[in-house]
Amino acid sequence: MERMHVLVCAGTGCTSSLSAQVVEQIQSELVKLNLQTEVKVIKTGCFGLCQKGPIVAIHPDRVFYCHVTPADAAEIVAEHIYKGRPVKRLELTDIDEVTKEKIFNIDEIKFYAKQQRIALKNCGVINPEDIDEYIAMEGYMALGKALTTMTPQEVIDEVKKSGLRGRGGGGFPTGAKWQFAANQPKGQKYVICNADEGDPGAFMDRSILEGDPHVVLESMAIAGYAIGANHGYVYIRAEYPIAVERLEIALKQARELGLLGNNIFSSGFDFDIEIRLGAGAFVCGEETALIQSIEGKRGMPRPKPPFPAVSGVWGKPTIINNVETFANVAPILRKGSEWFASIGTEKSKGTKVFALGGKISNTGLVEVPMGTTLREVIYEIGGGCPDNKNFKAVQTGGPSGGCLTEADLDTGIDFDNLVALGSMMGSGGMIVLDEDNCMVDVARFYMDFIVDESCGKCSPCRIGTKRMLEMLTDICEGRGTAETLSELERLAHKVKDTSLCGLGQTASNPVLSTLRLFKSEYDAHVFDKKCPAHVCKNLLTYSIEAELCRKCGLCARNCPTSAITGVLGKEVYVIDPAKCIRCGACMTACRFGAVLRG
Amino acid sequence: MKTLQDLQKLRDEAKKRVSMREGDVRYRVLVGMATCGIAAGARPVLNALVEACAKEHYDCTVTQTGCIGMCTYEPIVEVLDQDGKKTTYIHVDAKKAVEILESHVKNGILLEAYSLQ
Repeated sequence: MERMHVLVCAGTGCTSSLSAQVVEQIQSELVKLNLQTEVKVIKTGCFGLCQKGPIVAIHPDRVFYCHVTPADAAEIVAEHIYKGRPVKRLELTDIDEVTKEKIFNIDEIKFYAKQQRIALKNCGVINPEDIDEYIAMEGYMALGKALTTMTPQEVIDEVKKSGLRGRGGGGFPTGAKWQFAANQPKGQKYVICNADEGDPGAFMDRSILEGDPHVVLESMAIAGYAIGANHGYVYIRAEYPIAVERLEIALKQARELGLLGNNIFSSGFDFDIEIRLGAGAFVCGEETALIQSIEGKRGMPRPKPPFPAVSGVWGKPTIINNVETFANVAPILRKGSEWFASIGTEKSKGTKVFALGGKISNTGLVEVPMGTTLREVIYEIGGGCPDNKNFKAVQTGGPSGGCLTEADLDTGIDFDNLVALGSMMGSGGMIVLDEDNCMVDVARFYMDFIVDESCGKCSPCRIGTKRMLEMLTDICEGRGTAETLSELERLAHKVKDTSLCGLGQTASNPVLSTLRLFKSEYDAHVFDKKCPAHVCKNLLTYSIEAELCRKCGLCARNCPTSAITGVLGKEVYVIDPAKCIRCGACMTACRFGAVLRG
Repeated sequence: MKTLQDLQKLRDEAKKRVSMREGDVRYRVLVGMATCGIAAGARPVLNALVEACAKEHYDCTVTQTGCIGMCTYEPIVEVLDQDGKKTTYIHVDAKKAVEILESHVKNGILLEAYSLQ
């Protein structure tokens, strides 16, 4: 009989740092001590604290280990599992601000204490490949309740009353979307789950599918019942292999138990789901392009209307919701719309999952109630910028979003506040930037991404983004003029106003946002030919301060292009700017701080 | 699966298997499993506790712990309630262990005969 559960994160992040080997090692150590029947090892989804992975949690002791390597398995098994002495050196800890003592209790650790988990509730708690564990967490009860005690209209009303808004970016009210599709004449309709997560730095949809695939399937079936659809598609990118595999397992298990298929709960309602793999094009996250891709055509958007709710996949009424949106539907039906509506702000209800990345101590996934301030997310949960660097900005909404600065940190996060500040919620990627990030370079990075991902159907996006990238590159490389700046801004507005779909319409946002908030950095690049953050190589100069140079020659020995000359012990060393490739090797090598960067 | 009741039945069964991850139980039963405890016979005690819990679904978790510091009294079983009140049972064997569960954990009656005075 089992007395202990060892949960090991098998999400993408921890898998890439050898969590699969950790599982194998723990299992073989358990066999050595003949503990394999009483201690069960379970592979779970993401715990959220990806920075500290692989994560291993031991229950019922509620001990969390971080940075566990396969070599640590023997110690964990022999010390903790066999003798009951937790391995302190691996435990996740925090420092108590008052007493300065270490906190081991998982419920007091700030990263988790500030969070409220609805969409991620089961991630890191259950085995995503075992439907019984999902059912133990009240799984499929919402579907059962809807099918046996509610009419389709009551389901839609419940979702409307909850105030749930689409988590994929736009924040469109989910209940209203369902109503449009339900109002269409009876006949073939479809439910699509948009799992084509494309923003650089966003990985919440992947983590939900990896950690709790059944919640998405259950909610899709609920949506199908609500609008009168009997078929669903999960459109997911092929580059999420772990998520695809777990979805397939989940589908198989749900069908075996009759939770998908014909006559579910003897209600006469049929529903089944198919997985459609996408090739990973950003534009296919746009719903009309996604529909084209599902139909086997090239993924290109078309003008709206008609909206998908009227004419979607195969020309039939279709609703498309994002993974995280679906992850909220089953809990809403189970616990009631009032419960959900009591969380969050006036116009944005519930919670939002954010993928924290960039210059932040606790990279990972966090879920907080709407209205939580950026400061709480970035500093209290995220742990702030590492190495005591100064916070500069946070980029939200990916290539469609914008930047928020120090001044915005105390604003509560919700759909409308972020738009009012010139950014957007997007799917929830949060890239933190510190003093070492050049904002022009950041804008160029996103534009480079857009140029790659533009489908080419409309010329403002196809040509306009390419021209903007050229201008940004000119500015970064020191060829920018005052005219480049004004032309960049003019073109950014043009592309925004005239593009066909959301991709082009929002492609200028990173440029406009950085131009507005960090104009001085653009000016420094253009007029002073300097990059204040020392990122743009062409604008850097390295020199050696003669008074500080100890003539040791270390810089010259590390220079890959022999650009530094001097005489060991006798003459100070000098850098030849013509030969210098601005790699910074001399600066790293110098022990006396004599190499200066400007 | 045909009805909601079928699902509820499956849920209740499955719940028992994951309850230890949720941490809201009435009692925590700790068994001293350091070298001293194991030498004195804590292993059969732990096995008996785990098996009895699996059979009867007592409202508790069973955990092993390190050396409690009173090696002469091993095997030691500690029962902690939700307020943190601790009862220490000493010289426990497999039979006594089951009695402790039945009396203390199930009915809330301390077994003074086995506890450390």
